Amino acid sequence: MTCLETIQAYGLRSLGIGERLLPRDDFTLCEQFTLIGSGLIWNIYFGLIALAAGFILATALALGKESRLPPIRALCRGIILLFRGSPLFIQFFLAYFIFLRLRQAGIGPDWLTNAWAGAAIVLFLNTAAYSAEIFHGALRTIPRGEIEAADAYGFTGLKRFTRIVWPTMLRLAWPAYINEAIFLFHATTLVFFSGFPALQQRGDALYYARYFADKTFNPFVPYPILAGYFVLLTLTIITLMGLVNRRLNRHLPQAPKRPRMMGQILR
Amino acid sequence: MFAFCADPDTLETARWFACYLTTGKHMVFYSSFGTVLLLLAITAPTALAFGFLGAMAARGPAPLSWIGKTYIAIVRGIPDIAFFLFFVIALDQGFEWIRHQILCPDWEQPIRQGNDFVVCSAAKLPLSSSPQWVHEVYGFLIAVLTFAIVFGAFAANVLYGAMRAVPQAQIETAQAYGMTPRQTFWRILVPQMWVYALSGLGNLWMVLIKATPLLFLLGVEDIVYWARELGGAKTPRFTDYPHGDWRLWYFLFLLVFYLAFTKISEAALERLMARLTHGQAFGARATS
Repeated sequence: MTCLETIQAYGLRSLGIGERLLPRDDFTLCEQFTLIGSGLIWNIYFGLIALAAGFILATALALGKESRLPPIRALCRGIILLFRGSPLFIQFFLAYFIFLRLRQAGIGPDWLTNAWAGAAIVLFLNTAAYSAEIFHGALRTIPRGEIEAADAYGFTGLKRFTRIVWPTMLRLAWPAYINEAIFLFHATTLVFFSGFPALQQRGDALYYARYFADKTFNPFVPYPILAGYFVLLTLTIITLMGLVNRRLNRHLPQAPKRPRMMGQILR
Repeated sequence: MFAFCADPDTLETARWFACYLTTGKHMVFYSSFGTVLLLLAITAPTALAFGFLGAMAARGPAPLSWIGKTYIAIVRGIPDIAFFLFFVIALDQGFEWIRHQILCPDWEQPIRQGNDFVVCSAAKLPLSSSPQWVHEVYGFLIAVLTFAIVFGAFAANVLYGAMRAVPQAQIETAQAYGMTPRQTFWRILVPQMWVYALSGLGNLWMVLIKATPLLFLLGVEDIVYWARELGGAKTPRFTDYPHGDWRLWYFLFLLVFYLAFTKISEAALERLMARLTHGQAFGARATS
């Protein structure tokens, strides 16, 4: 099989399109590159879904933590503590068993126990909790002057929030949020190692990398391939989020420093 | 454990549980919490040492600093789980390969034969004749080393940042007093950097705690392994204590354990931070 044929056969293998049977022996480099790359589709899918949905919930949680109503405050604090205080690995397992129970009891829909939905929900809640903590920290460090200026201009309620508080919060939180996004994409590799099964061997990049490493008993080929893919993914995230960062800071006198590969690691 | 456990069928619920939770396998489950704590106790200082070396290398002259900076940057680019899975096999094969080169110099065949990794039997680690506990300890040590390498990179990042945060005036003063670079590093920079590193290292400790369930992926029989094992449905045919699928409850217990652990750590770190920055102009920096 030529490399082009391999890509045609296995390029979308992780989605169930193309060749069903995985290669068994005599693995070529091309097969390894193709299948691990194919698995990366899942990592990107989980990451994007969780990041987009988590962003909205994180904003809500961060605001809820400052709420004047004690029950809302307690709820938001509880959610953040639960998801930040426990390992994601345990959360995956626990969520899977809960979804399994729900399905057996006939309450929950079937698809909850599938990784594409169940794991995405866990990742979404997890990243929302971490981002909420970042946003909350930023919310508390918004310069008083900006709020007072907003008051002086007669901004109130929603308008004050969308025009003044929220953009400033994002601006302050963004460097830390880039880190969170990177870690989220890294965390997606845990999905198929926890309770969630990879149906018909449709797994993520790490799943296929491990498949090759187990079969060939040689970790020095598949894992560096995986690492290469992830370095590219991380650089893409840093670049894209850096563009947003530039837009958020565009009114400031000097251009902020571009986020770099060696940033502060916070989680 | 208890005398009345002899016939489980006759027990009422409370006593049944007393017996069930003290079976031999449950005792192993409880002791595996010790495994996790032991891992943390060994890994944390080792990772700090790796991190210190990494940060020192990153500050060093050109070829060395590339190595240090690559080591630091790599954890940001690549998922830690990939590292764990990689190093467990890679370290094992690396050790065996080195022993093979030393112990069996007249071995003719290639080491990689198709999908097999073949070394002479004298180079096997641990030796196939060694008792079971040696295998377990070896597996655990490989896991510790893996954790230390990965978290050493995180620590190197924190320490590198902390070293750069020490005010330049301090370094210049040291130079003005005629200290050599070595003296400046050990007497001025290192003692002062810890305060800047503390919140980052505290954060890292939390990340480390939350990474311990990954021991399961490394093949160590840790709390996750036993929770899965004990929680799975048991039929009366194989055990005196049959039950349905209780994995949910076991994992709930693990969740509570980790929540308590991180909560206690957080409180302890906060006190430590308050104590170490007492009277200094750092203000109350948020640790989270």
